[in-house]
Amino acid sequence: MVRLIKEGRILDPSLGLDLVGDLLIVDGTIRGVAPSIEYPEKVDTISARGCLVIPGIVDIHVHLREPGEEWKEDIESGTRAALHGGVLRVACMPNTKPPNDSPEVTSYILEKARERAHVKVYPIATITKGQSGKELTEFGRLKEAGVVALSDDGKWVSDASLMKKALLYAKNFDLPLISHCEEPNLSNRGQINEGILSAKLGLKGIPFSAETIAVVRDLLLLKETNSYLHLAHLSVKESIPFLRWAKEEGLSFTAETCPHYFTLTETEVDGYNTIAKVNPPLRTEEDVQAIKHALKEGLIEVIASDHAPHSPLEKEVEFELASFGMIGLQFLLPLSYDLVRQGFLSQQKLLEYLITNPARVIKVDPPNFREGSPAEVVIFNPEKDWVVTEECILSKSKNTPLLGRTIKGKVEAVILGEGVFRL
Amino acid sequence: MRHLLDIQSLSSEEIHGLLNLAENVKEILYRPIPKVPTLRGKLVLLLFYEPSTRTKFSFERACKVLSADTMSFSAKGSSLEKGETILDTIKNLYALGVNLVVIRHSLSGTPHFIAKHLKIPVVNAGDGIHEHPTQALLDLLTVREKLRTFTDRKVAIIGDIKHSRVAHSDILAFQKLGASVFVTGPAHLLPEPKEIPFFEVKPGGFKVCLKPREALQDADVVIALRIQKERHGEAFIPSLREYAQNFGLGPRELEWIKPGGLLMHPGPINWGVELAHELEKYPFQVILDQVENGVAVRMAVLLSLLSGE
Ligand SMILES: [Zn+2]
Ligand SMILES: [Zn+2]
Repeated sequence: MVRLIKEGRILDPSLGLDLVGDLLIVDGTIRGVAPSIEYPEKVDTISARGCLVIPGIVDIHVHLREPGEEWKEDIESGTRAALHGGVLRVACMPNTKPPNDSPEVTSYILEKARERAHVKVYPIATITKGQSGKELTEFGRLKEAGVVALSDDGKWVSDASLMKKALLYAKNFDLPLISHCEEPNLSNRGQINEGILSAKLGLKGIPFSAETIAVVRDLLLLKETNSYLHLAHLSVKESIPFLRWAKEEGLSFTAETCPHYFTLTETEVDGYNTIAKVNPPLRTEEDVQAIKHALKEGLIEVIASDHAPHSPLEKEVEFELASFGMIGLQFLLPLSYDLVRQGFLSQQKLLEYLITNPARVIKVDPPNFREGSPAEVVIFNPEKDWVVTEECILSKSKNTPLLGRTIKGKVEAVILGEGVFRL
Repeated sequence: MRHLLDIQSLSSEEIHGLLNLAENVKEILYRPIPKVPTLRGKLVLLLFYEPSTRTKFSFERACKVLSADTMSFSAKGSSLEKGETILDTIKNLYALGVNLVVIRHSLSGTPHFIAKHLKIPVVNAGDGIHEHPTQALLDLLTVREKLRTFTDRKVAIIGDIKHSRVAHSDILAFQKLGASVFVTGPAHLLPEPKEIPFFEVKPGGFKVCLKPREALQDADVVIALRIQKERHGEAFIPSLREYAQNFGLGPRELEWIKPGGLLMHPGPINWGVELAHELEKYPFQVILDQVENGVAVRMAVLLSLLSGE
């Protein structure tokens, strides 16, 4: 089968490619990029006029909820949502039930993914057994079973000595650690950002220090161990200067944020709106600006969704009983593209943050347009508006404060191997 | 006004309206037979998910004076422990023909949550560390009776401001009517710096003081709060004697306030801790007036929410 994507703006951050032209795919494999390609035989032509033609996005922070919480999401539904968002590879966080802390659970996830996933799934395992923060998991056997990284996401490894051991032991297996930066005593029973809204709603605030103290401790341990660390979902202004320090020190780390931290503010939770309850919490406009500037400066260089599905069972309850998290796979690209519109990032830089940098964190080759690479192609119309409705959300859960809002930028089609999906 | 959920969403006109109504209906309490038929046939549900005797009895009394029927339950033995969600509970009770729900809950925002899902009025009888609007209204009524005006009055609140729903409602309510509010207490139990702008209703109307004397000096009204040594296993103060010595009110502290300044407390009082025993005889101590006004204010709230039906 021959497919020809015509007249798109073709961008590939790993090849430094940026041209208006055509992309040729033969039998699910990239066969060429050129300003104009004529193919002698009959081909399936896909017009990409006015669109960006980019490699698939790599989202390294996704909660697929399987095994154990399949009423919220499962590997099939989560990866379907990913596909519709142009996310063609996902790394799934291990806080499932049971948590992915053993090769058996890893194998289960990989087997399910082989049977039912729409996009590539990379399992992440926990750093500590049962995420209890007490004892390390079997890094070597987990790596062997197929995990690409380790994280106790949802919890911080608060025992500094244990985290230091983990940072060192991970080096044996080239396994990246991903830290959920949250000092738990400071955030204990906290619900939303500490500030005007926490006062107004009478909810315990989560101070910036809960995040920043965790960031600083982790960076200090990194300096001491000379290991590598990825900092998940940064949200506060006060964390940024320490990232700058770590860069100056030459530490080997990457930092991540999510579209909601540079798009939404704490005011979303007003009226006890549990849909906007997320951890770390939505912060202030000042934090939003600081995160954008940190992206611009290259201090934060990975954008991930932290896709966290929850059903009405967990959300239509008293605010303090509601679970933290919002879905994000289908909004990752459109919301991130605002950074280009607002002049914070070039198109190429944005794609690095969404494709090549996250791939580098988990040490895989990113989707690309090199001749011979498997087709993982996304056609994105940055100017098309669409309204977020429950119907267009492919996740089982619809928990997003964006419901009813108009979003700019839509994935029009995905070509994945032999398959083509016109969305 | 569809519900009474908090002070923050009330205008000063609405507050004055409720106080006027409370003042008018208070007279009923002094009649030989303190009962009127106004709310006959109305069913009021009293949901107390947190132990409270005073507030519950006060609402019950208000209902009875107005001839409304009541149904009530407390957290113990309720469906809460059987794993039923509060929404299910409320919807079921609503189906029994309830006209108004009064709710006390340990989680902030629960009254707002059920109000979103019910077509009948909801009254917040205290939610978590958020607000306690009827307490603020009865405090206002008490001050209005004794001092008549609010403009340029200084109100001092002393204690655990951070976790006190009474303080939160009072801070907003007194400012809305023109007074200034000065709060003091152990610094870690005062509002966080980032939270202070919310409590400043009128410019300069709210001040956080580290030294009790700064708050108390020339105050027209002093409200002492009940202190809890710990909550959810988190210790808030080193000891009660330490608290009493530094933040308890005694004759010396009352020397600082304006002559004739009122002393209030939402109860229950830890005598010897928040208030020295001698203060029971302080002539401008209006703690029992507060209790009586509580009934009047709750009558006014029930009337204004149910009379429109
Ligand atoms: Zn996390
Ligand atoms: Zn997460």
